[in-house]
Amino acid sequence: MTVSVEIRDLAITFGQGLSAVRVLPGVSFSVAAGECFGLVGESGSGKSTVLRCMSLLTDIWTGEVRIGGRNVRDIPLKERCRLMQMVFQDPYGSLHPRQSVRTVLAEPLRIHGMDNHEARMNRALTDVGLPVSFLDRFPHQLSGGQRQRVAIARALILEPSLLLLDEPTSALDVSVQAEILNLLNRLREERGFTYIMVTHDLAVVDHMCDRFAVMLHGEVTEVLPRAAIPGNGATHPYARELIAASLEYEGQL
Amino acid sequence: MTAKDIDMPAPVSRMPSSLRAVRNIAVFLMRSPPSAFGLIVVAVLVATAVFAPLIAPYSPYAQNLTNVLQPPGNGHLFGTDELGRDIFSRLVWGSRITLTIIFLVSIVVGPIGLIVGTTSGYFGGRFDTLMMRITDIFLSFPSLILALAFVAALGPSLNNAIIAIALTAWPPIARLARAETMTFRKADYIAAARLQGASPMRIIVKSIMPMCLPSVMIRLTLNMATVILTAAGLGFLGLGAQPPMPEWGAMIATGRRYMIDSWWLVTFPGIAILSVSLAFNLLGDGLRDALDPKQMNRR
Repeated sequence: MTVSVEIRDLAITFGQGLSAVRVLPGVSFSVAAGECFGLVGESGSGKSTVLRCMSLLTDIWTGEVRIGGRNVRDIPLKERCRLMQMVFQDPYGSLHPRQSVRTVLAEPLRIHGMDNHEARMNRALTDVGLPVSFLDRFPHQLSGGQRQRVAIARALILEPSLLLLDEPTSALDVSVQAEILNLLNRLREERGFTYIMVTHDLAVVDHMCDRFAVMLHGEVTEVLPRAAIPGNGATHPYARELIAASLEYEGQL
Repeated sequence: MTAKDIDMPAPVSRMPSSLRAVRNIAVFLMRSPPSAFGLIVVAVLVATAVFAPLIAPYSPYAQNLTNVLQPPGNGHLFGTDELGRDIFSRLVWGSRITLTIIFLVSIVVGPIGLIVGTTSGYFGGRFDTLMMRITDIFLSFPSLILALAFVAALGPSLNNAIIAIALTAWPPIARLARAETMTFRKADYIAAARLQGASPMRIIVKSIMPMCLPSVMIRLTLNMATVILTAAGLGFLGLGAQPPMPEWGAMIATGRRYMIDSWWLVTFPGIAILSVSLAFNLLGDGLRDALDPKQMNRR
C-alpha cells in the first residue's frame, strides 16, 4: 500500500540558451516507502513548487518523478488521484466556501465511482477526529483546525498511499498545530502513508520526519537524517546556518 | 467566528437551510428603505401579473367609443384612452407582458453569460481571447440600435424584441463572470478539485459557477431595469409588442398624440415603467449588500 518516491533532476526553465531563466535549477531526492520526508528552506526556495510539480498541478517541468517505480506522467489521471493527494497550506483557502463538508467529501467518491459513500465519509471524518454531525456544516461554521482536519479527510477519502503536505500547520496557532501533527503521525502509523512535507519550521521536522532536505534557491543543498538537528550535523554552510538559527531560536523560548 | 456560531446546531437537511437563506436575504433587504421599496414594488408587480384577471375591472381590449379620453375618475381609476379602453386594466395586464420579457431575457441571458464567462475565465489562453473578442463585438453595439436592427430584419413582434434584447444583454454578464472566475481559478480548492480527478467541466459547474452566481444574480437584477426600458423603447418605436397588446411602452407611443389634452394616457404607463425599473435598480443594489461574501457568516 505504501509507495516510494524518486525525483531526478526536476527542473523548471523559462526561455532557451543564454537568456534562459532557471526557476528551479534541479532537484533530486528519493523517499523510501512509508517514510516521512521533510523539505525545509527559506521562503521562495522552491519547496512548494516541488510538490506542485510532483502532483502535476504545475506541468511545465522537466526531469523525472517516479512514484512506486512508475513515471508520474504515465500514470492515468484517476489512478494518480488515488495514489497521491495533497493537503494545502491555508485551510481558509483550500475548502470551497459554498460547499458543505458532505459535498467536499462526496465529490471525489462520485468522480471515482466508489461505493458506500456514507460509510466512507463517516470513516474519513472519524479518522481525523471530527464528529459525523460535521458533515452538514459549511467551512464558515468551522474553526481553522477543524477546517484543516476536513482538508485532511478530503485527502484521505480516496485512500491514497502518498500524501503531499504543503505546510499543513503554518496557518494554525501553536496548540492546534500540535494536534494536527499528532493526527498526521497517528494516521501514518495506522495506515503506513508516505509523507512528503514542506515546512520552514525545523521543530515540525524534528517531530515528524525521518529525513529532510534543505533547499536553497531551488536546489537541494543537503539531505539529513532527523538526528542531525540537535547536534547540528549539517556540512553545507547554509544548512548549518539554518539549523543553528533554529536551535538558537528554540533556546531563547 | 464566535463561540455562538460553533455551538449552533448543524442544519438538519439541505432544503430548510437554503429556504432560511432566502428568508434571511429578504429580512436583510427589508431593513433598508430603498431596497425594501424595490422588493415591495417587485412583489406587487408579480402579484399584479398573477392576479391580473381579478384586479383589472375591465378587459384590456374592451373598447367603448362613447367613452373615449375620459379623465381619471368616473369608474375609470386612471381614465380611458382614445378607444375608450380602461387604462388601469391595461396597465394591470401589461405587467404580465413586462414580467414575461424580464423572465425570458433573464433565463436566456444568465446561463449564456455565465457559461461563456466561466469557461473562458477558467481555460484562459486562445479560447479566452476568442470568446472575449466575440463579447467585445456585441459590447461595441449600442444595445437599442442592435435590437432595432434585429427587429427591423425579423419583423416587429414581442418575441423578436425579447430575442433582440437578450442578444445585447449577455456580454456584460459574461465579462463579470470571467473576471470573477479569474480571481479564484488559482485558489487551493480548485487545485484540490483537480487533484481529485475532476474534469474541467465538473470544476466549472460545481466549483466555479456557485462562486459567480451571486454577482451574476445582482447584475441580472440591475439589468432588468435596462431590459424594461429597452422593451418600452422598442414598444414606443412600434417594434416591440404590437397593438392592441397593452404593453406599457406602446401605450405611451399611442398616447403621445393626445398628450397635451389628455395627460393621463402617457403619465400612468410612464409612472409604471419608472417605478418598476427604479425598483429593480434598488433591489439589485440591496442584493449586492445582502449577498456580499463578507456577510456570508450571517447565513
